[in-house]
Amino acid sequence: MTKADIIDRVCDRVGGFSKKEAADLVEKVFDVMKCTLETGEKIKISGFGNFVVRDKAPRPGRNPQTGTEILIDARRVLTFKPSPVLKTALNEE
Amino acid sequence: MTKSELIEVLAQETGLTKGRAELVVNTVFDSMVEALQRGEGIEIRGFGSFTVRQYKAYEGRNPRTGATVHVAPKRLPFFKVGKDLRERVNGKRSGGGAPIARRRAEAKAQAAAAAATKQAQRQDPSVAEDAI
Repeated sequence: MTKADIIDRVCDRVGGFSKKEAADLVEKVFDVMKCTLETGEKIKISGFGNFVVRDKAPRPGRNPQTGTEILIDARRVLTFKPSPVLKTALNEE
Repeated sequence: MTKSELIEVLAQETGLTKGRAELVVNTVFDSMVEALQRGEGIEIRGFGSFTVRQYKAYEGRNPRTGATVHVAPKRLPFFKVGKDLRERVNGKRSGGGAPIARRRAEAKAQAAAAAATKQAQRQDPSVAEDAI
């Protein structure tokens, strides 16, 4: 499934939007989410899951190809924790 | 940010009613859940991708008691963040998150002000007369 498929669903199920309007709306939904996560704020979508920004401390690492030791810098990463509702939905039937 | 806040921001940004914005947001996530249920992956360019991973049954342990427990095979969703979002979250590049954060703060302040006015009206009916 790609964004185009999601746009089709919005067109079919919500109704009253042109393809172009639906595309702009779906784009906006992800844009708002990206802008929010960029500020470090987490997003909780009930029934789907939580997107959480985590601070990672620097740690020593190794280049697996050459074996040279390098320091992995402190960084911020995005993690997704699926909601129990979603986990159950994937394991029904 | 919760789903209802996401709906509110979408309504503000697009001029849709909250009801319409809610339908859009719900349809987006519902269709994603349905794809994952079919075992289908989802790819949102610039955001990330979701895949379904199949796990085999295994004998696990309760870490507290040490008792052996049987874990049934299961499917779990897995999210891999996209390059654009990964860089933005890590602060390497800004995509303009600040304006949205500011607009949300304004929306919250407005809601608080409206609540305060209502509160004042309840305590002093003359305020209500002025407002009307």
